[in-house]
Amino acid sequence: MQLTMFQRWWLPGAVALILLALLVGLPLIALIVSTSDLNLQTTLNNTYYKRVIWFSFYQALISAVLSVGLAIPLAQALSREQKFLGRQMLINLFSLSLVIPTIVAIFGIVAVFGRTGWLNSAIGQLGFEPFSIYGLSGILIAHVFFNLPLATRVLLQSLDNIPHEQWRLSTQLRMPGLAQFKYVEWPAMRTQLIGVFMVIFTLCFTSFTIVMTLGGGPRATTVEVAIYQALRFDFDINTAVSLAIAQLVFCTALLLASALFKHDASIGFSYKPVEHLYRPTSTHRWRNRLLILLGTLFVVTPLLGMIMSAINPASIKVLTHTNTVQATINTVIIAIVTAFLSVGIGVSLLISSRHLRIRAQKHNLGQWIQHAGNIILVMPPVVLGTGLFLLLRNVADVFSIALVLTIIINSLMALPFVLRILDGPLMQAANHHDKLIQSLGISGWSRWRLLDWPLIRKPMGFALGIAATLAAGDFSAIALFGSERATTLPLLLFQRIGSYRLHEAATTAGILLVVCLILFTAMQSMTSRTIFWRSHAKD
Amino acid sequence: MLKIDKLKLQLGTNSYCYQLHANASHTTAILGKSGSGKSTLLNLIAGFLQPESGSISWNNQSLIGLSANQRPVTTLFQQHNLFMHLNVEQNIGLGISPDLKLTNNDYENIHRSLDEVGMAGYAKNRTANLSGGEQQRVALARCLLRKQPILLLDEPFSALDEHTRHEMIHLTRKVISDYKLCAILVTHNEDDADLLIATKHLLRDGILTQQAAGIANKNH
Repeated sequence: MQLTMFQRWWLPGAVALILLALLVGLPLIALIVSTSDLNLQTTLNNTYYKRVIWFSFYQALISAVLSVGLAIPLAQALSREQKFLGRQMLINLFSLSLVIPTIVAIFGIVAVFGRTGWLNSAIGQLGFEPFSIYGLSGILIAHVFFNLPLATRVLLQSLDNIPHEQWRLSTQLRMPGLAQFKYVEWPAMRTQLIGVFMVIFTLCFTSFTIVMTLGGGPRATTVEVAIYQALRFDFDINTAVSLAIAQLVFCTALLLASALFKHDASIGFSYKPVEHLYRPTSTHRWRNRLLILLGTLFVVTPLLGMIMSAINPASIKVLTHTNTVQATINTVIIAIVTAFLSVGIGVSLLISSRHLRIRAQKHNLGQWIQHAGNIILVMPPVVLGTGLFLLLRNVADVFSIALVLTIIINSLMALPFVLRILDGPLMQAANHHDKLIQSLGISGWSRWRLLDWPLIRKPMGFALGIAATLAAGDFSAIALFGSERATTLPLLLFQRIGSYRLHEAATTAGILLVVCLILFTAMQSMTSRTIFWRSHAKD
Repeated sequence: MLKIDKLKLQLGTNSYCYQLHANASHTTAILGKSGSGKSTLLNLIAGFLQPESGSISWNNQSLIGLSANQRPVTTLFQQHNLFMHLNVEQNIGLGISPDLKLTNNDYENIHRSLDEVGMAGYAKNRTANLSGGEQQRVALARCLLRKQPILLLDEPFSALDEHTRHEMIHLTRKVISDYKLCAILVTHNEDDADLLIATKHLLRDGILTQQAAGIANKNH
C-alpha cells in the first residue's frame, strides 16, 4: 500500500514546521507578550545584571581564544606526527568530548583540578598553595576541555586537506619548519579559524551546566544561569523574562555573525588519516610529541579521574538506591523519546527541504525550512524553558510535567545535530538520482523503503545515538523543571556534587556514562540490520 | 513520430527554442557546446522541465502536462544510472515495478534483457562491483525492459574508455534497430553520432538547426 505521507512532499515538512511553531513559537510569543508589563531597561541597567552580561561575553571570549589558540599548535603537531601508537584513537577520543555529558566531564575535571584533585595534590607536595577550580578559572578549564578537542579536529581536518603537491613543493624548496607553517599550514588553518572561533564563542556564551557547577555568585554568573536563578530561586519572573529577551537578542546577533564567516564544522566522529610528506627534524619531533602528550593528558586525565572514582565504597548503596533507579528510568525514557522525536522532526524537515532544493529548484526556500530546525541556536534551552514556563504556568503545574518539557527542549537541542548528520546522505542520493527516480516513477513509501532507507539507516542510527546521548546527559532543561518527583541522573549528580557526597556523585557519574554508552550503542544497532527492501528480492 | 514545435523555455538569462522531428528506428543526435542547451532539451522531452510554450507530441499525442513517469520515454544518463545499494536484478526490476514487487515472469524478463546486453549471469551481482561499461549495459537492459518507444541518450558514452565506448555504441545501435526505438542522443562528440548513424542537429545560441544530411549520415 502506498502511504500518501511520502507522496505529498510538503506534508512531512509542514507537520514538522507546525510542531516547531507550537513548541518554540508559542513560548516565544509568551515571552514577548510578558515584556509589555515590565521595564526591560530597569533590569538591564541593574549593576548586577550588567556585570552578568559583561561576564558572559568575557568568559566566552577568553574560552574561545584559549581553545583556538591552543588548538593551533596541537593540530599542527598531530598533523606533522603521522605515525605514533594510538594516534587514531586519540583523535577519535577528541570527538568523545562532544557526546560525554557535560556534568560527568565536570566531575572528572574536579577530580583532577579540584581542591583535593590530583593536580592540587601534586602542587601541594611541591609546597605551593592549591588553586580553586570554582570561579572563572574552573569555567575556563572546563570550556577549554570541551572545545580544545573540537577546534583541534576542525584545524586538523583543514591541514589534512592541504594538497600533497604543496607538501612536495615545500620539501623541494627546503622550507624550514617556520616557513612551512607560514606558507603551507597557516593559510589552510586560517580559513577555518574565524568560523570555529565563532562556534566556540557561541557555545561558551550559552554554556549553562559548566557555569552552574563551577561558577555562580556575582563574580561568575552568565545570563543563562541568571535566568535560571531568577526563575527557580528568586521566583522573579520579570527579571527572568528581561534576561531571556536579552539572551535571545545576543544569540540572534551571534548566529548572524557566525553566518558571515564561512566554515565547515561538519566534523565526523570517525577520523581517516591522511599521510603527507612532512619529515620533521628531531627538535621539531620532540616539540610535537610534548604538545601531543600535554594535549592528551589534558583531555584524558579528567575522564580517567571520573572512571577511577566511580567504583568506591558507596557504589552498591548508590546503585540500589530508589532515587538512582528512578532517575535512571527517567533518563532512559527521556533519551529514547527525545531521540525518536528529534530524528522524526529532522527527517520530516529534510524530506520537504530536499524536494524544494532539488526537484523544485527552490534552493533558498528549502534551506530556510531546514534552518527552522536550528531554532534552538537562537533560543537557548533556558530561554525556551522560560517561555514554556510562562506559557503553561496558568494551565498546568509545570513541575509535574517536567519530563515532557525536558523531552521537548532536548529534542530541539538535538535537532541541529540530527539535521547535520542526515542532510548529507539524503541530499547526496537525491542529487545523483533524482531524474532517474522521477522517470522510473518511484515515489512515496517505495522511495523511502527502497532508496532512502538503505542509504540513511546507518547515519540515522548515529543521529538517534547522538540525540539519545545528548538528552540523557543534558542538565539545563531538567534543572529548570526538575524536582523530587521528577529527577534524572544529571540532576541527581548535580545534587550529590552540591551536597559534597562525592563518593555517591562519582558512582552516579559512572552510571550516567554507562547509560549514555548503552543508549548510543543500542540506538546505532537498531538500524544496523538490512530490512525492508531485501524482502522483495529473490536472493 | 516525436514532434517538437516551437518549444520555448527561459532559464535565467538563457532562452531556448527547439524545433525537431524524429522518427522511430532512428537516432537523432543533438550536438553543441557545453551549456548550449542540449540536456535542457532532453529534460523537456523527459518531463523534468516544463516549457513556457510550444508542443511536444508522440504519434500526435501531446506529452505536455504528463509527469516524467507517464511519458513514453526512458533515459540512459551519463552516470548515476544505477542505485549502488541494490543489485543488478533489483536495479532492472525498478524499471518494471517502482516498488520492486516482481513476479516470476518479471524475473524471467529481467534475465532475458540482461542476456540481450551481454550481462547474463550478473543478476545477483553487486552494482558497485561492476565496471563503468557494465553499469551502462545494466542501465540499457532496464531501458529495454521498460518498453518505451523513445530512448533519450544523455551523453551515455562519454565516461567510458575508448574500447568500451565503441562496444556500448554498437550495442545501443543494435537495440535501437531491433526495438524500433526513436533515439535522441545528446553529445559533444560527433564521432558518437556517426557511429550511431544519427541525423545530426546543431544547437547554437539556444536554437536547433539541422545539418546537411550528407554530413550527418555516414555508414560504419
